[in-house]
Amino acid sequence: MRVMAQMAMVMNLDKCIGCHTCSVTCKQTWTNRTGMEYVWFNNVETRPGQGYPRTYEDQDRWQGGWELNKRGRLTLKAGNRLKNLLTIFSSPKMPSIQDYYEPWTYDYETLTDAPLQEHTPVARPKSLISGKNMDISWSANWDDDLAGAPELAKDDPVLQKVSDKVRFEFEQTFMFYLPRICEHCLNPSCAASCPSGAIYKRSEDGIVLVDQDKCRGWRKCVTGCPYKKIYFNHRTGKAEKCTFCFPRIEVGLPTVCAETCVGRLRYIGLVLYDADAVLEAASVEDDRELLDAQRQVLLDPDDPQVVREAERAGIPRDWIDAAQRSPVWSLINRYEVALPLHPEYRTMPMVWYIPPLSPVVDVVSDTGEDAEERGNLFAAIDSLRIPVEYLAELFTAGDTAPVTAVLKRLAAMRSYMRDINLGREPDESIPEAVGMDGESLYDMYRLLAIAKYDERYVIPPAHAEQAHGLEELATECSLDYEGGPGMGGWGPFGEGSGGTTPIAVENFQALKQRQTTNTLGDPEDKERRVNLLNWDGKGKPEGLFPPKPGQDRGAPELMDGTDPDAETDPKP
Amino acid sequence: MTTTLDLVLWVVLPYACLAVFVVGHYWRYRYDKFGWTTLSSQLYESRLLRWGSPLFHFGILAVFLGHVMGLGIPKSWTEAVGVSEGVYHVLAVGVGAVAGFCTLVGMAILVYRRRTVGPVFSATTRMDKVMYLALAVVILLGIGNTVGGNIIDHYDYREGLSVWFRGIFRFDLRPELMAEAPFTFQAHAVTAFLLFALWPFTRLVHVFSAPIGYLWRPYVPYRSKEDRLGQRRGNRGWERVGENRRR
Repeated sequence: MRVMAQMAMVMNLDKCIGCHTCSVTCKQTWTNRTGMEYVWFNNVETRPGQGYPRTYEDQDRWQGGWELNKRGRLTLKAGNRLKNLLTIFSSPKMPSIQDYYEPWTYDYETLTDAPLQEHTPVARPKSLISGKNMDISWSANWDDDLAGAPELAKDDPVLQKVSDKVRFEFEQTFMFYLPRICEHCLNPSCAASCPSGAIYKRSEDGIVLVDQDKCRGWRKCVTGCPYKKIYFNHRTGKAEKCTFCFPRIEVGLPTVCAETCVGRLRYIGLVLYDADAVLEAASVEDDRELLDAQRQVLLDPDDPQVVREAERAGIPRDWIDAAQRSPVWSLINRYEVALPLHPEYRTMPMVWYIPPLSPVVDVVSDTGEDAEERGNLFAAIDSLRIPVEYLAELFTAGDTAPVTAVLKRLAAMRSYMRDINLGREPDESIPEAVGMDGESLYDMYRLLAIAKYDERYVIPPAHAEQAHGLEELATECSLDYEGGPGMGGWGPFGEGSGGTTPIAVENFQALKQRQTTNTLGDPEDKERRVNLLNWDGKGKPEGLFPPKPGQDRGAPELMDGTDPDAETDPKP
Repeated sequence: MTTTLDLVLWVVLPYACLAVFVVGHYWRYRYDKFGWTTLSSQLYESRLLRWGSPLFHFGILAVFLGHVMGLGIPKSWTEAVGVSEGVYHVLAVGVGAVAGFCTLVGMAILVYRRRTVGPVFSATTRMDKVMYLALAVVILLGIGNTVGGNIIDHYDYREGLSVWFRGIFRFDLRPELMAEAPFTFQAHAVTAFLLFALWPFTRLVHVFSAPIGYLWRPYVPYRSKEDRLGQRRGNRGWERVGENRRR
């Protein structure tokens, strides 16, 4: 047994209202840059729907993930190593920008620059790829809330797997939202596809990252990832992906998507797993046994033998404690209500989902029946094949039994808690019917309904006590890093070339630019004016006041420490 | 009798270009690991790339192997193993012409794509254009030599140009051999060396990232946080500030 720790997430889909706050905050944090305009490390899809990029779950077409070869051994679906190398010059299964969407902006300038005319000027959409006028015909959330569903949703690869009868009954619509980030798999096929070996799994917390200095832009990872959660930065020519907000995780904070989730539907915690068992579990022959295999790879953190092995593997004591308190472990293996997304891809994904009961509840309440009565709900789960089969295609490789079991547990929790809330005697036959006892059903209710911040996010800080080094400015020369004083600007090979710049230096440059720029590029050929809308009240940008007599227009007086009132330190 | 021009062209220039080539790559790798990439434009367009890129790359790989044969292996060696002049000649011209043709067609498709597909063209840097030009001139001259130098007017480069080329690396300088070579061979050699000097500053650096190691390495690389690239090591609490921990 080789115990390793993995940072994992569970999302409770019943609570997702599809507000896209997670996507927006994630984008603002990580992908609001040129080259990444089309990229959403976190996106929220309406299901049924095609997803983002379009039809990414159709692995016959996109060839992502793993499969068993004729000898029963695990290989990449896109081909073995040799084939992977031979197709390196033109990666044949890579989605084009049209499969994501062509990013655009609007020509806002005409709104103010247009000459006087009879009609109101309009801001036309301009492609951020070609710079030309474009017609917007697709985007990351084009089919949000089933928009255009009669035409579009029939191309949903998951819906196509569900039997004919179900497709026909699609007229009685159901829908739910599926927020997706990188799965940080135990058996990542992106890393296995990378010819350069630039994608790695961190041995401390299992977060999968791309080494930007080692990536050479071969694009194989984009094909390799069945969830299409590796993106090609078309400006820098490098692959980028969700980082599980590792800088936040390392100091014990939840990811940005989890922190800002208004539905509080995300849970983050550690799971311990047996690294030696991963390959065997991923190679189980029957797709439908993958769920159980994946559950069994995770180790019980309360088992003394596991604790001993974990300590021997060098996992710190507070991490083991955190694994024992982990909400993720509880939801996966104690209450068994969380399921992995597409276990049949055999990557052992580590973002798990609690399937939504709401489509069932909606149908029951539409009939006028009591939607919280156990009998009604249980009967509906058994008879409503549409949502259950669909959920099974998403979470259990098509096996409806585990999905039904989860939904029944959720339904039982509702009925059981209703009795308690109404002051009735709790009916102990309800938890028994789903194989639980009253106490654990109540605990599950607590975790799902009222768990506070520190119960939803049990994140032990990384043991990298380097605060001194992180400060950058405090006691060492702030320019003392490899590559010398990178004082802003681009390297000779275009944007993004050259070494990385410490954040303090970057902040200084950004602040200076923000205060003195009037347009996007800070044009040299135009006279500089201060845009007061961009001015954040810090420092005295050049041009804010007329030059004093007898004084040249020198460097902007910024952060020079002469103004005691000015707040000069950029806040992290 | 070697003139000053001969010395400059066939001794000074090769050494200068090779020096730029070696030092340039070292500098680029140290300074610009992040910019060291193929800079693929497949995201914008893949229909033309699908044909052009493999044609060009496999073609140029064959051309490279041909050069290793023709420039690197002395004539006496091939004759020693029983490859006669005639057999070698047919082989070189046959394979060389096919490889050269593939390279040329591939390159034509890629240049056409770069010029006509809007997003690809706007992602093209000035350096890319210079590089394309240099590459095209070298390849065209090379194909010209294969056809012209072997069929129309025979020039045995293995007794001239190749000996000079190997001499560069053995410090056995033979500029007079190049002075006698036909003009197109001279031009091919000069432009090729200029291309070498340009090499480290273009996207051509990706040649040195050919991921051969992928065939043997384990599928999933694990890395500990501590040996993250580019990360400055922190000091231990008891160490004096400014003293870097060495391990």
